[in-house]
Amino acid sequence: MNQVIDSILILLTLTGFVLLGSSRLAACIKAVGIQGALLGLLALVVQSGDLSITGVVLALIGATVKGILLPVLLFRAMREADTTREVEPLISFNLSVLAGALELAMSLWIGRHLRLPADPVSSFFVPAAIFTILAGLLVIVSRRKAITQVIGYLMLENGVYVFGTAVALRMPVLVELGILLDVFVGVFVMGIAVFHISRQFDHIDSLRLASLNDRV
Amino acid sequence: MLLALILLPAAAGLVCLLIASDPARRAILIVTAALEAALSIATWVNAPPAQFGGWLAEDALGRLFVTLTSVLFLACSVYAVAYLREEREKVHSDIEEGFFFSNAREASFTGCLLLFLSAMSLVALSQHLALLWVAVEATTLASAPLIYFHRHHRSLEATWKYLLICSVGIALALLGVFFLAVAAIRPGDNAVSLILADLLKDAPRLNAIWLKAAFVLMLVGYGSKMGLAPFHTWLPDAHSEAPSVASALLSGALLNCAFLGILRAHEVCIAGGLGAFSGGLLLGFGLLSMGVAAAFIVGQSDYKRMLAYSSVEHMGILAVGAGIGGAAAFGAILHVVGHSFAKAMLFMVAGNLLAVYRTKTSNDVSGALRIVPVSGLLWMLGILAIIGAPPFGPFLSEFVILKAALDQGRNFVAMAYLAVLAIVVAGMSAPAMAMAYGRPRTGGTEPVRQSIVFSAVPALCCAAILVIGIYLPPVLNRSLHEAAHLFSRG
Repeated sequence: MNQVIDSILILLTLTGFVLLGSSRLAACIKAVGIQGALLGLLALVVQSGDLSITGVVLALIGATVKGILLPVLLFRAMREADTTREVEPLISFNLSVLAGALELAMSLWIGRHLRLPADPVSSFFVPAAIFTILAGLLVIVSRRKAITQVIGYLMLENGVYVFGTAVALRMPVLVELGILLDVFVGVFVMGIAVFHISRQFDHIDSLRLASLNDRV
Repeated sequence: MLLALILLPAAAGLVCLLIASDPARRAILIVTAALEAALSIATWVNAPPAQFGGWLAEDALGRLFVTLTSVLFLACSVYAVAYLREEREKVHSDIEEGFFFSNAREASFTGCLLLFLSAMSLVALSQHLALLWVAVEATTLASAPLIYFHRHHRSLEATWKYLLICSVGIALALLGVFFLAVAAIRPGDNAVSLILADLLKDAPRLNAIWLKAAFVLMLVGYGSKMGLAPFHTWLPDAHSEAPSVASALLSGALLNCAFLGILRAHEVCIAGGLGAFSGGLLLGFGLLSMGVAAAFIVGQSDYKRMLAYSSVEHMGILAVGAGIGGAAAFGAILHVVGHSFAKAMLFMVAGNLLAVYRTKTSNDVSGALRIVPVSGLLWMLGILAIIGAPPFGPFLSEFVILKAALDQGRNFVAMAYLAVLAIVVAGMSAPAMAMAYGRPRTGGTEPVRQSIVFSAVPALCCAAILVIGIYLPPVLNRSLHEAAHLFSRG
């Protein structure tokens, strides 16, 4: 069982690298969708010892929202924003991947020092979670387009969710659903905002959203 | 009763989104706001029992925050109805760049206002820390459309920054909540309760390293929502572009809710014997926020942005008060009340000035006392209150915090605190007084008539801060002490 969990976590990390290195928006959205599906799988495998109906249903709902619904939303936002389909990074893709490798090293180091008190199912849980969070932050700050920032935010949420799964703590159903609903509505509202930005400005370049500042 | 406080505005908000008639919607807004305020005051007489196994409960802090929010919301909703009536025309010309734009549908504005109220009540009443997180994120989502009421590029930019910065910040707070759960795990037992009472009871056994990490993440996460420097960058933009009544709610009610999230984490740290650690961090971020805000207030040419930076400064004061602890905790709680009313009042008056002068540049506004006598007077009184002049409430609370700092022998903290306050007094009062006095520049010198609501609501807020400053009713005093006791560190 540990091997399955380890392979899921490694796949998760790899999709993170795919996202950092790809130049096509569609590929990025697909990568973040695959992450969402992997998270659902992870939640299922982790609780495989004592499977409960609510646990399975929650994992399935999570996988559907993060793996299918949100990517579809993002694809729609991309089409309606009618933008070029390139990512337009502020730093080169090579540099992105290199920074990603540094982040991975950092997460492994943090994972060695920040040990889960209960015996962890896999020692790769904490590093994978922290790497996904850091990579999400990297995507947010190093890409021009508003839509890529939404993708980065989603990736960051995925990382937090990995950590939640790692603790394997049984959050009450209501809270799990609440968190999922917040993420869903969040991405939905951001998608609408991206659409308005494209209509208002004829671009979704977040760097050019700079008319508000302090004229001291 | 507790559930009603949350569900009533949520249901009313959904109804507002669905129905077509504008007058009916405005009536629903005011009636719901009045009911909510009445309900929250009723909880002072009749303490409601905890619900859902302690998930929803009203402790002293929750009661204070939910009442403050709902009373402030009632004031804002009365103002909002008058405002919406003025904004009825279809097309507006922009005051800065002259282009034409339209407003968002009124349904989405009133609907989101009510949903926003529901989310804020949930923040105040939830005792489960993960549920609290869900509620704080919900406040972000419900308030984003309020900022984008005027459909033009500047408000859109402000909304985008608000959404992204707050969502990312809050995602980190969720990680903090998970860290807290890890800190509470005992070997061989996976059942962790994130209910505040259980955490406080178990606090001495919490894992210190994870608890520290959890507090840092929650401070950064909720701090970005509260407007603590250096995560405050969304705040001036959002406050300057949102309609004034939305700014009043953001500053007066929403920032408090984020502060409550930090206080809950602080409570757990104190119970776990890490009060010095979390208090020190709060103190540091508080002083930094005050300093950064002061630097931007001096020479600020846009008076709505000036008010926004003043909010950053006052959030810094709250963090300093909570960080020092002891008597300063009472000062911080008193300051929450004073700042909320003072800032809500100032934003409403700023909205009145904006409607008459059609500019946000303070240099272009002069002679407000002659052109809009009541608003001009309220503007002066509000500025005096917010810079901490006696006899208003904020003077008293800022003084209590200062005295506590000196009593504890923290002389450097006290000096820095006083220096920043002095800079802010100079930076805010000069342009604000020039706006009130001076020769009217634009057109005639005849007074402009405005609806009585626009001056009556801020005048009532002004009366409230005056009362707190002069005489604290015993009920309120006791309740403030109870609330402060929860995080005062002995």
